[in-house]
Amino acid sequence: MTSTKLSHYRTLNLLSILLFIGLWQGLALYLSDNSLPTPASVTEVFWQETLSGQLPYHLGVTLLRLVSSFAVAMLLGCAIGIVLGRNQKLDAFFDNWLVIFLNIPALVTIILCYVWFGLIESAAILAVVINKLPNVVVTIREGTRALDKDLLEMARCYHFGKRKTLVHVIWPQLHPFVMGATRSGLALIWKIILVVELLGRSNGMGYQLHLFFQMFDVAGILAYTVAFVAVIQVIEILILKPLDRKAGRWRR
Amino acid sequence: MTAIRIDIVDKTYPSQRQSPGHRAIADLKLELPSNEFICLVGPSGCGKTTLLNILAGLDRDYRGEITVEHRHKTPKIGYVFQNPRLLPWKTVRENITLALPTDHDPKTVDALLDTMQLTDAQQVYPERLSLGMSRRVSIIRAFAIDPDVLLMDEPFVSLDAPTARQVRELLIRLWQQRPHTVLFVTHDLREAIALADRLVFLSSPPMQAISEIRVNIPRDKRDDETAIEAFRQKLLQDHPEIRALL
Repeated sequence: MTSTKLSHYRTLNLLSILLFIGLWQGLALYLSDNSLPTPASVTEVFWQETLSGQLPYHLGVTLLRLVSSFAVAMLLGCAIGIVLGRNQKLDAFFDNWLVIFLNIPALVTIILCYVWFGLIESAAILAVVINKLPNVVVTIREGTRALDKDLLEMARCYHFGKRKTLVHVIWPQLHPFVMGATRSGLALIWKIILVVELLGRSNGMGYQLHLFFQMFDVAGILAYTVAFVAVIQVIEILILKPLDRKAGRWRR
Repeated sequence: MTAIRIDIVDKTYPSQRQSPGHRAIADLKLELPSNEFICLVGPSGCGKTTLLNILAGLDRDYRGEITVEHRHKTPKIGYVFQNPRLLPWKTVRENITLALPTDHDPKTVDALLDTMQLTDAQQVYPERLSLGMSRRVSIIRAFAIDPDVLLMDEPFVSLDAPTARQVRELLIRLWQQRPHTVLFVTHDLREAIALADRLVFLSSPPMQAISEIRVNIPRDKRDDETAIEAFRQKLLQDHPEIRALL
Protein backbone atom coordinates (compact mmCIF):
# COMPACT_ATOMS: atom_id res chain seq x y z
CA MET A 1 0.00 0.00 0.00
CA THR A 2 1.36 3.43 -0.84
CA SER A 3 1.81 5.96 1.95
CA THR A 4 -0.75 8.41 0.53
CA LYS A 5 -3.31 5.65 0.39
CA LEU A 6 -2.41 4.66 3.97
CA SER A 7 -2.84 8.19 5.32
CA HIS A 8 -6.08 8.38 3.38
CA TYR A 9 -7.31 5.30 5.26
CA ARG A 10 -6.16 6.76 8.58
CA THR A 11 -8.15 9.95 7.95
CA LEU A 12 -11.20 7.88 7.10
CA ASN A 13 -10.77 5.86 10.30
CA LEU A 14 -10.48 8.99 12.39
CA LEU A 15 -13.52 10.53 10.70
CA SER A 16 -15.64 7.46 11.38
CA ILE A 17 -14.73 7.51 15.09
CA LEU A 18 -15.41 11.25 15.32
CA LEU A 19 -18.77 10.73 13.63
CA PHE A 20 -19.61 7.98 16.13
CA ILE A 21 -18.79 10.20 19.10
CA GLY A 22 -20.65 13.09 17.50
CA LEU A 23 -23.78 10.99 17.07
CA TRP A 24 -23.51 9.83 20.68
CA GLN A 25 -23.09 13.39 21.90
CA GLY A 26 -26.06 14.60 19.84
CA LEU A 27 -28.33 11.83 21.03
CA ALA A 28 -27.30 12.35 24.67
CA LEU A 29 -27.98 16.09 24.45
CA TYR A 30 -31.31 15.48 22.76
CA LEU A 31 -32.43 12.98 25.41
CA SER A 32 -30.70 14.82 28.29
CA ASP A 33 -31.41 11.87 30.54
CA ASN A 34 -29.34 9.75 32.96
CA SER A 35 -29.89 6.67 30.80
CA LEU A 36 -27.51 8.06 28.15
CA PRO A 37 -24.72 10.25 29.57
CA THR A 38 -22.60 12.36 27.23
CA PRO A 39 -19.13 11.19 26.17
CA ALA A 40 -17.64 13.87 28.43
CA SER A 41 -19.30 12.59 31.58
CA VAL A 42 -18.35 9.01 30.71
CA THR A 43 -14.76 10.17 30.31
CA GLU A 44 -14.92 11.82 33.71
CA VAL A 45 -16.20 8.64 35.38
CA PHE A 46 -13.54 6.68 33.54
CA TRP A 47 -10.84 9.00 34.87
CA GLN A 48 -12.10 8.89 38.46
CA GLU A 49 -12.40 5.11 38.45
CA THR A 50 -8.88 4.86 37.06
CA LEU A 51 -7.47 7.20 39.71
CA SER A 52 -9.21 5.33 42.52
CA GLY A 53 -7.67 2.11 41.25
CA GLN A 54 -11.05 0.39 40.98
CA LEU A 55 -11.09 0.11 37.21
CA PRO A 56 -7.50 -1.16 36.78
CA TYR A 57 -8.07 -3.76 39.50
CA HIS A 58 -11.31 -5.20 38.14
CA LEU A 59 -10.11 -4.96 34.55
CA GLY A 60 -6.90 -6.74 35.54
CA VAL A 61 -8.75 -9.55 37.28
CA THR A 62 -10.99 -10.08 34.25
CA LEU A 63 -8.04 -9.97 31.85
CA LEU A 64 -6.23 -12.58 33.93
CA ARG A 65 -9.25 -14.87 33.69
CA LEU A 66 -9.45 -14.12 29.99
CA VAL A 67 -5.82 -15.01 29.37
CA SER A 68 -5.84 -18.23 31.39
CA SER A 69 -9.11 -19.59 30.01
CA PHE A 70 -8.15 -18.52 26.50
CA ALA A 71 -4.78 -20.27 26.74
CA VAL A 72 -6.32 -23.50 28.04
CA ALA A 73 -9.11 -23.46 25.44
CA MET A 74 -6.76 -22.76 22.52
CA LEU A 75 -4.15 -25.35 23.49
CA LEU A 76 -6.67 -28.10 24.14
CA GLY A 77 -8.78 -27.08 21.16
CA CYS A 78 -5.84 -27.12 18.73
CA ALA A 79 -4.68 -30.51 19.98
CA ILE A 80 -8.14 -32.09 19.79
CA GLY A 81 -8.92 -30.37 16.49
CA ILE A 82 -5.76 -31.68 14.84
CA VAL A 83 -6.38 -35.22 16.11
CA LEU A 84 -10.00 -35.23 14.94
CA GLY A 85 -9.09 -33.69 11.61
CA ARG A 86 -6.51 -36.40 10.93
CA ASN A 87 -8.39 -39.41 12.26
CA GLN A 88 -11.69 -40.18 10.58
CA LYS A 89 -12.81 -42.83 13.07
CA LEU A 90 -12.28 -40.64 16.12
CA ASP A 91 -13.93 -37.79 14.27
CA ALA A 92 -17.02 -39.86 13.48
CA PHE A 93 -17.18 -40.99 17.10
CA PHE A 94 -16.80 -37.59 18.75
CA ASP A 95 -18.77 -35.57 16.21
CA ASN A 96 -21.97 -35.93 18.26
CA TRP A 97 -20.21 -34.80 21.41
CA LEU A 98 -19.04 -31.71 19.60
CA VAL A 99 -22.54 -30.89 18.40
CA ILE A 100 -23.89 -31.33 21.93
CA PHE A 101 -21.23 -29.10 23.49
CA LEU A 102 -21.57 -26.51 20.73
CA ASN A 103 -25.25 -26.17 21.48
CA ILE A 104 -25.31 -26.10 25.28
CA PRO A 105 -26.20 -22.52 26.21
CA ALA A 106 -23.35 -20.68 27.90
CA LEU A 107 -25.53 -19.89 30.89
CA VAL A 108 -26.24 -23.59 31.48
CA THR A 109 -22.54 -24.56 31.63
CA ILE A 110 -21.83 -21.65 33.95
CA ILE A 111 -24.63 -22.55 36.35
CA LEU A 112 -23.75 -26.25 36.28
CA CYS A 113 -20.06 -25.56 36.94
CA TYR A 114 -20.94 -23.41 39.95
CA VAL A 115 -23.46 -25.97 41.23
CA TRP A 116 -21.09 -28.90 40.86
CA PHE A 117 -17.78 -27.32 41.87
CA GLY A 118 -18.85 -24.40 44.03
CA LEU A 119 -18.36 -20.66 43.59
CA ILE A 120 -14.60 -20.95 43.07
CA GLU A 121 -12.10 -19.54 40.60
CA SER A 122 -11.38 -22.84 38.84
CA ALA A 123 -15.09 -23.45 38.29
CA ALA A 124 -15.32 -20.03 36.64
CA ILE A 125 -12.37 -20.74 34.36
CA LEU A 126 -13.70 -24.21 33.55
CA ALA A 127 -17.07 -22.77 32.55
CA VAL A 128 -15.42 -20.38 30.12
CA VAL A 129 -13.19 -23.10 28.67
CA ILE A 130 -16.12 -25.46 28.10
CA ASN A 131 -17.94 -22.71 26.27
CA LYS A 132 -15.04 -21.83 24.03
CA LEU A 133 -13.44 -25.23 23.42
CA PRO A 134 -15.92 -26.68 20.88
CA ASN A 135 -15.54 -23.60 18.68
CA VAL A 136 -11.78 -23.95 18.58
CA VAL A 137 -12.01 -27.68 17.91
CA VAL A 138 -14.42 -27.21 15.00
CA THR A 139 -12.32 -24.45 13.41
CA ILE A 140 -9.01 -26.29 13.74
CA ARG A 141 -10.63 -29.55 12.57
CA GLU A 142 -11.73 -27.82 9.38
CA GLY A 143 -8.22 -26.48 8.95
CA THR A 144 -6.69 -29.91 9.47
CA ARG A 145 -9.07 -31.50 6.96
CA ALA A 146 -8.00 -28.90 4.41
CA LEU A 147 -4.29 -29.67 4.84
CA ASP A 148 -2.43 -30.10 1.58
CA LYS A 149 -1.95 -33.87 1.07
CA ASP A 150 0.79 -33.26 -1.49
CA LEU A 151 2.93 -31.41 1.04
CA LEU A 152 2.31 -34.05 3.72
CA GLU A 153 3.43 -36.76 1.28
CA MET A 154 6.50 -34.73 0.48
CA ALA A 155 7.28 -34.46 4.21
CA ARG A 156 6.86 -38.23 4.63
CA CYS A 157 9.01 -39.04 1.63
CA TYR A 158 11.84 -36.81 2.87
CA HIS A 159 11.62 -38.25 6.42
CA PHE A 160 10.72 -34.96 8.10
CA GLY A 161 9.62 -36.70 11.29
CA LYS A 162 6.69 -35.73 13.50
CA ARG A 163 8.05 -32.51 15.00
CA LYS A 164 9.41 -31.04 11.77
CA THR A 165 6.19 -31.89 9.94
CA LEU A 166 4.07 -30.25 12.62
CA VAL A 167 6.16 -27.08 12.86
CA HIS A 168 7.03 -26.50 9.21
CA VAL A 169 4.29 -28.21 7.21
CA ILE A 170 1.09 -28.40 9.27
CA TRP A 171 1.26 -25.34 11.53
CA PRO A 172 1.74 -22.72 8.77
CA GLN A 173 -1.32 -24.13 7.01
CA LEU A 174 -3.35 -23.99 10.23
CA HIS A 175 -2.21 -20.47 11.04
CA PRO A 176 -5.16 -18.64 9.37
CA PHE A 177 -7.57 -20.96 11.17
CA VAL A 178 -5.83 -20.41 14.50
CA MET A 179 -5.96 -16.66 13.97
CA GLY A 180 -9.66 -16.91 13.16
CA ALA A 181 -10.28 -18.96 16.29
CA THR A 182 -8.23 -16.47 18.31
CA ARG A 183 -10.19 -13.44 17.16
CA SER A 184 -13.62 -15.00 17.51
CA GLY A 185 -12.41 -16.60 20.74
CA LEU A 186 -11.39 -13.36 22.40
CA ALA A 187 -14.71 -11.77 21.52
CA LEU A 188 -16.69 -14.78 22.74
CA ILE A 189 -14.69 -15.38 25.92
CA TRP A 190 -14.87 -11.88 27.22
CA LYS A 191 -18.61 -11.82 26.82
CA ILE A 192 -18.95 -15.10 28.69
CA ILE A 193 -16.49 -14.12 31.40
CA LEU A 194 -18.66 -11.17 32.38
CA VAL A 195 -21.63 -13.47 32.91
CA VAL A 196 -19.44 -15.86 34.90
CA GLU A 197 -18.30 -13.01 37.11
CA LEU A 198 -21.77 -11.59 37.45
CA LEU A 199 -23.13 -14.92 38.67
CA GLY A 200 -20.44 -16.14 41.00
CA ARG A 201 -17.39 -13.95 41.57
CA SER A 202 -16.87 -10.99 43.88
CA ASN A 203 -14.49 -9.09 41.61
CA GLY A 204 -13.92 -8.43 37.93
CA MET A 205 -15.75 -6.45 35.29
CA GLY A 206 -18.90 -8.55 35.44
CA TYR A 207 -19.21 -8.03 39.17
CA GLN A 208 -18.70 -4.27 38.81
CA LEU A 209 -21.20 -4.01 35.96
CA HIS A 210 -23.71 -5.83 38.14
CA LEU A 211 -23.22 -3.20 40.87
CA PHE A 212 -23.61 -0.37 38.38
CA PHE A 213 -26.77 -2.01 37.06
CA GLN A 214 -28.27 -2.12 40.54
CA MET A 215 -27.55 1.58 40.93
CA PHE A 216 -28.60 2.43 37.33
CA ASP A 217 -25.17 3.98 36.83
CA VAL A 218 -25.02 4.00 33.01
CA ALA A 219 -21.95 6.25 32.95
CA GLY A 220 -20.05 3.67 34.99
CA ILE A 221 -21.17 0.85 32.68
CA LEU A 222 -20.08 2.78 29.60
CA ALA A 223 -16.75 3.78 31.17
CA TYR A 224 -15.91 0.11 31.84
CA THR A 225 -17.05 -0.85 28.35
CA VAL A 226 -14.78 1.75 26.76
CA ALA A 227 -11.86 0.47 28.84
CA PHE A 228 -12.45 -3.10 27.74
CA VAL A 229 -12.88 -2.30 24.07
CA ALA A 230 -9.66 -0.30 24.24
CA VAL A 231 -7.78 -3.23 25.77
CA ILE A 232 -9.01 -5.62 23.08
CA GLN A 233 -7.97 -3.12 20.39
CA VAL A 234 -4.51 -2.90 21.92
CA ILE A 235 -4.23 -6.72 21.86
CA GLU A 236 -5.29 -6.69 18.22
CA ILE A 237 -2.81 -3.99 17.21
CA LEU A 238 0.17 -5.05 19.33
CA ILE A 239 -0.10 -8.84 19.15
CA LEU A 240 -2.46 -10.17 16.47
CA LYS A 241 -1.67 -7.78 13.59
CA PRO A 242 2.13 -8.29 13.85
CA LEU A 243 1.56 -12.07 13.98
CA ASP A 244 -0.52 -11.82 10.82
CA ARG A 245 2.14 -9.77 9.08
CA LYS A 246 4.90 -12.18 10.07
CA ALA A 247 2.92 -15.19 8.87
CA GLY A 248 1.87 -13.56 5.62
CA ARG A 249 5.18 -12.20 4.42
CA TRP A 250 5.70 -15.08 1.96
CA ARG A 251 2.45 -14.26 0.16
CA ARG A 252 2.62 -12.45 -3.14
CA MET B 1 24.51 -54.89 -9.09
CA THR B 2 20.79 -54.62 -8.77
CA ALA B 3 19.57 -51.33 -7.36
CA ILE B 4 15.88 -52.02 -7.28
CA ARG B 5 13.95 -55.26 -7.50
CA ILE B 6 10.26 -54.75 -8.06
CA ASP B 7 7.77 -57.58 -7.81
CA ILE B 8 4.26 -56.23 -7.45
CA VAL B 9 1.67 -58.97 -7.63
CA ASP B 10 -1.33 -56.71 -7.35
CA LYS B 11 -2.23 -53.11 -6.70
CA THR B 12 -5.94 -52.38 -6.80
CA TYR B 13 -7.63 -49.15 -5.81
CA PRO B 14 -10.75 -50.01 -3.79
CA SER B 15 -14.10 -49.13 -5.32
CA GLN B 16 -15.69 -45.90 -4.25
CA ARG B 17 -19.33 -44.79 -4.30
CA GLN B 18 -19.55 -44.08 -8.02
CA SER B 19 -16.55 -45.82 -9.54
CA PRO B 20 -15.77 -49.53 -9.39
CA GLY B 21 -12.40 -50.78 -8.13
CA HIS B 22 -9.45 -50.14 -10.40
CA ARG B 23 -6.66 -52.64 -10.86
CA ALA B 24 -3.64 -50.47 -11.51
CA ILE B 25 -0.77 -52.97 -11.48
CA ALA B 26 -0.70 -56.70 -12.06
CA ASP B 27 2.39 -58.91 -11.98
CA LEU B 28 4.93 -56.20 -12.56
CA LYS B 29 8.45 -57.59 -12.36
CA LEU B 30 11.48 -55.39 -12.90
CA GLU B 31 15.14 -55.59 -11.98
CA LEU B 32 16.96 -52.34 -12.35
CA PRO B 33 20.77 -52.03 -12.28
CA SER B 34 22.63 -49.58 -10.06
CA ASN B 35 23.59 -46.07 -11.09
CA GLU B 36 21.64 -46.13 -14.31
CA PHE B 37 19.30 -43.52 -15.61
CA ILE B 38 16.12 -45.45 -16.31
CA CYS B 39 13.11 -44.00 -18.07
CA LEU B 40 9.73 -45.57 -17.52
CA VAL B 41 7.63 -44.90 -20.59
CA GLY B 42 3.93 -45.63 -20.80
CA PRO B 43 0.62 -44.11 -21.80
CA SER B 44 -0.79 -41.51 -19.44
CA GLY B 45 -2.93 -42.99 -16.68
CA CYS B 46 -1.16 -46.35 -16.85
CA GLY B 47 -0.13 -46.30 -13.18
CA LYS B 48 3.38 -44.85 -13.36
CA THR B 49 2.77 -42.44 -10.51
CA THR B 50 1.24 -45.27 -8.50
CA LEU B 51 4.43 -47.25 -9.01
CA LEU B 52 6.62 -44.34 -7.89
CA ASN B 53 4.46 -43.77 -4.79
CA ILE B 54 4.87 -47.44 -3.89
CA LEU B 55 8.64 -47.20 -4.35
CA ALA B 56 8.76 -44.05 -2.23
CA GLY B 57 6.90 -45.82 0.55
CA LEU B 58 3.95 -43.42 0.33
CA ASP B 59 1.56 -46.19 -0.71
CA ARG B 60 1.77 -49.43 1.25
CA ASP B 61 -1.54 -50.85 0.15
CA TYR B 62 -0.33 -53.42 -2.40
CA ARG B 63 0.64 -57.06 -2.62
CA GLY B 64 4.20 -57.80 -3.61
CA GLU B 65 7.75 -57.02 -2.68
CA ILE B 66 10.15 -54.18 -3.33
CA THR B 67 13.80 -54.21 -2.43
CA VAL B 68 15.97 -51.15 -2.77
CA GLU B 69 19.72 -51.33 -2.45
CA HIS B 70 20.90 -48.66 -0.07
CA ARG B 71 24.09 -47.20 1.35
CA HIS B 72 22.32 -45.37 4.16
CA LYS B 73 20.68 -47.01 7.15
CA THR B 74 17.24 -46.65 5.62
CA PRO B 75 16.96 -46.21 1.87
CA LYS B 76 16.99 -42.51 1.05
CA ILE B 77 14.66 -41.69 -1.75
CA GLY B 78 14.64 -38.38 -3.55
CA TYR B 79 11.30 -37.72 -5.17
CA VAL B 80 10.70 -35.03 -7.74
CA PHE B 81 6.92 -34.89 -7.88
CA GLN B 82 4.89 -33.89 -10.89
CA ASN B 83 4.11 -30.56 -9.18
CA PRO B 84 7.08 -29.05 -7.33
CA ARG B 85 5.52 -29.36 -3.82
CA LEU B 86 7.54 -26.60 -2.23
CA LEU B 87 6.48 -25.11 1.11
CA PRO B 88 5.28 -21.64 0.12
CA TRP B 89 6.17 -20.14 3.52
CA LYS B 90 9.81 -21.19 3.27
CA THR B 91 12.43 -19.62 1.04
CA VAL B 92 14.06 -21.60 -1.75
CA ARG B 93 17.05 -22.39 0.43
CA GLU B 94 14.94 -23.31 3.46
CA ASN B 95 12.90 -25.65 1.29
CA ILE B 96 16.07 -27.50 0.38
CA THR B 97 17.74 -27.52 3.80
CA LEU B 98 14.55 -28.66 5.53
CA ALA B 99 14.90 -32.02 3.79
CA LEU B 100 18.47 -32.35 5.07
CA PRO B 101 19.77 -33.27 8.54
CA THR B 102 20.63 -30.23 10.67
CA ASP B 103 24.38 -30.93 10.50
CA HIS B 104 24.56 -30.87 6.69
CA ASP B 105 27.33 -29.08 4.86
CA PRO B 106 26.02 -25.78 3.46
CA LYS B 107 28.54 -26.05 0.62
CA THR B 108 26.62 -28.93 -0.97
CA VAL B 109 23.54 -26.76 -1.17
CA ASP B 110 25.59 -23.86 -2.54
CA ALA B 111 27.06 -26.06 -5.24
CA LEU B 112 23.66 -27.45 -6.24
CA LEU B 113 22.11 -23.98 -6.34
CA ASP B 114 24.99 -22.87 -8.48
CA THR B 115 24.66 -25.75 -10.95
CA MET B 116 20.93 -25.15 -11.28
CA GLN B 117 21.55 -21.39 -11.65
CA LEU B 118 19.44 -20.48 -8.64
CA THR B 119 22.03 -18.84 -6.39
CA ASP B 120 20.41 -15.42 -6.81
CA ALA B 121 16.97 -16.77 -6.01
CA GLN B 122 17.83 -18.71 -2.86
CA GLN B 123 16.18 -16.24 -0.44
CA VAL B 124 13.02 -15.90 -2.54
CA TYR B 125 9.66 -17.39 -1.56
CA PRO B 126 8.33 -19.99 -4.04
CA GLU B 127 5.24 -18.00 -5.00
CA ARG B 128 7.52 -15.52 -6.72
CA LEU B 129 9.23 -18.21 -8.81
CA SER B 130 8.33 -19.33 -12.30
CA LEU B 131 7.28 -22.95 -12.76
CA GLY B 132 10.62 -23.81 -14.34
CA MET B 133 12.48 -22.39 -11.36
CA SER B 134 10.22 -24.20 -8.86
CA ARG B 135 10.89 -27.44 -10.71
CA ARG B 136 14.61 -26.83 -10.46
CA VAL B 137 14.30 -26.23 -6.71
CA SER B 138 12.46 -29.51 -6.26
CA ILE B 139 15.17 -31.28 -8.28
CA ILE B 140 17.86 -29.74 -6.04
CA ARG B 141 15.95 -30.86 -2.95
CA ALA B 142 15.91 -34.42 -4.26
CA PHE B 143 19.62 -34.36 -5.14
CA ALA B 144 20.68 -32.67 -1.91
CA ILE B 145 19.72 -35.58 0.32
CA ASP B 146 22.23 -37.73 -1.60
CA PRO B 147 19.57 -40.30 -2.46
CA ASP B 148 20.05 -44.00 -3.09
CA VAL B 149 17.32 -43.76 -5.66
CA LEU B 150 15.96 -40.70 -7.37
CA LEU B 151 12.35 -40.84 -8.52
CA MET B 152 11.15 -38.29 -11.04
CA ASP B 153 7.53 -38.06 -12.08
CA GLU B 154 7.21 -36.22 -15.38
CA PRO B 155 9.08 -33.25 -13.94
CA PHE B 156 9.15 -31.36 -17.22
CA VAL B 157 5.46 -31.48 -18.04
CA SER B 158 3.96 -28.08 -18.89
CA LEU B 159 7.34 -26.44 -19.28
CA ASP B 160 7.93 -24.75 -22.61
CA ALA B 161 10.37 -26.57 -24.88
CA PRO B 162 13.46 -24.34 -24.36
CA THR B 163 13.04 -24.34 -20.57
CA ALA B 164 12.50 -28.09 -20.54
CA ARG B 165 15.67 -28.59 -22.59
CA GLN B 166 17.65 -26.32 -20.29
CA VAL B 167 16.46 -28.07 -17.10
CA ARG B 168 17.09 -31.44 -18.72
CA GLU B 169 20.70 -30.50 -19.48
CA LEU B 170 21.18 -29.23 -15.93
CA LEU B 171 19.69 -32.44 -14.59
CA ILE B 172 22.09 -34.61 -16.57
CA ARG B 173 25.04 -32.47 -15.51
CA LEU B 174 24.03 -32.87 -11.88
CA TRP B 175 23.52 -36.60 -12.25
CA GLN B 176 26.92 -37.08 -13.91
CA GLN B 177 28.55 -35.31 -10.97
CA ARG B 178 26.98 -37.80 -8.55
CA PRO B 179 25.66 -40.87 -10.32
CA HIS B 180 22.92 -42.86 -8.65
CA THR B 181 19.93 -44.82 -9.83
CA VAL B 182 17.30 -42.61 -11.40
CA LEU B 183 13.78 -43.66 -12.23
CA PHE B 184 12.32 -41.11 -14.56
CA VAL B 185 8.69 -41.38 -15.58
CA THR B 186 7.53 -39.84 -18.81
CA HIS B 187 5.15 -40.40 -21.69
CA ASP B 188 7.35 -38.48 -24.09
CA LEU B 189 9.52 -40.96 -25.98
CA ARG B 190 11.92 -38.33 -27.35
CA GLU B 191 12.58 -37.00 -23.87
CA ALA B 192 13.14 -40.56 -22.62
CA ILE B 193 15.65 -41.33 -25.37
CA ALA B 194 17.50 -38.08 -24.71
CA LEU B 195 17.91 -38.90 -21.01
CA ALA B 196 17.99 -42.64 -20.43
CA ASP B 197 20.54 -45.42 -20.29
CA ARG B 198 17.66 -47.83 -20.42
CA LEU B 199 14.03 -47.55 -21.42
CA VAL B 200 11.32 -49.61 -19.76
CA PHE B 201 8.00 -49.70 -21.55
CA LEU B 202 4.86 -50.16 -19.53
CA SER B 203 1.40 -51.21 -20.67
CA SER B 204 -1.96 -49.60 -19.96
CA PRO B 205 -3.60 -50.79 -16.72
CA PRO B 206 -3.26 -53.27 -15.23
CA MET B 207 0.32 -52.21 -15.74
CA GLN B 208 3.01 -54.66 -16.77
CA ALA B 209 6.49 -54.26 -18.16
CA ILE B 210 6.45 -54.89 -21.91
CA SER B 211 10.07 -54.50 -22.87
CA GLU B 212 13.42 -53.09 -21.82
CA ILE B 213 15.67 -51.37 -24.31
CA ARG B 214 19.16 -49.94 -23.89
CA VAL B 215 19.84 -46.53 -25.39
CA ASN B 216 23.30 -46.70 -26.90
CA ILE B 217 23.62 -43.10 -28.08
CA PRO B 218 26.72 -41.63 -26.39
CA ARG B 219 26.03 -39.00 -23.74
CA ASP B 220 27.70 -36.22 -25.73
CA LYS B 221 25.42 -36.87 -28.72
CA ARG B 222 22.20 -36.64 -26.74
CA ASP B 223 21.48 -33.05 -27.75
CA ASP B 224 21.53 -34.08 -31.40
CA GLU B 225 17.88 -34.16 -32.41
CA THR B 226 18.45 -36.18 -35.58
CA ALA B 227 20.22 -38.97 -33.69
CA ILE B 228 17.35 -39.15 -31.23
CA GLU B 229 14.75 -39.10 -33.97
CA ALA B 230 16.59 -41.85 -35.84
CA PHE B 231 16.72 -43.97 -32.70
CA ARG B 232 13.01 -43.39 -32.14
CA GLN B 233 12.09 -44.40 -35.70
CA LYS B 234 14.15 -47.55 -35.47
CA LEU B 235 12.69 -48.39 -32.09
CA LEU B 236 9.13 -48.06 -33.34
CA GLN B 237 9.96 -50.17 -36.40
CA ASP B 238 11.63 -52.95 -34.43
CA HIS B 239 9.03 -53.03 -31.69
CA PRO B 240 5.54 -52.62 -33.13
CA GLU B 241 4.05 -53.36 -29.69
CA ILE B 242 5.48 -50.06 -28.43
CA ARG B 243 3.87 -48.09 -31.23
CA ALA B 244 0.47 -49.19 -29.93
CA LEU B 245 1.26 -47.72 -26.51
CA LEU B 246 2.19 -44.21 -27.50
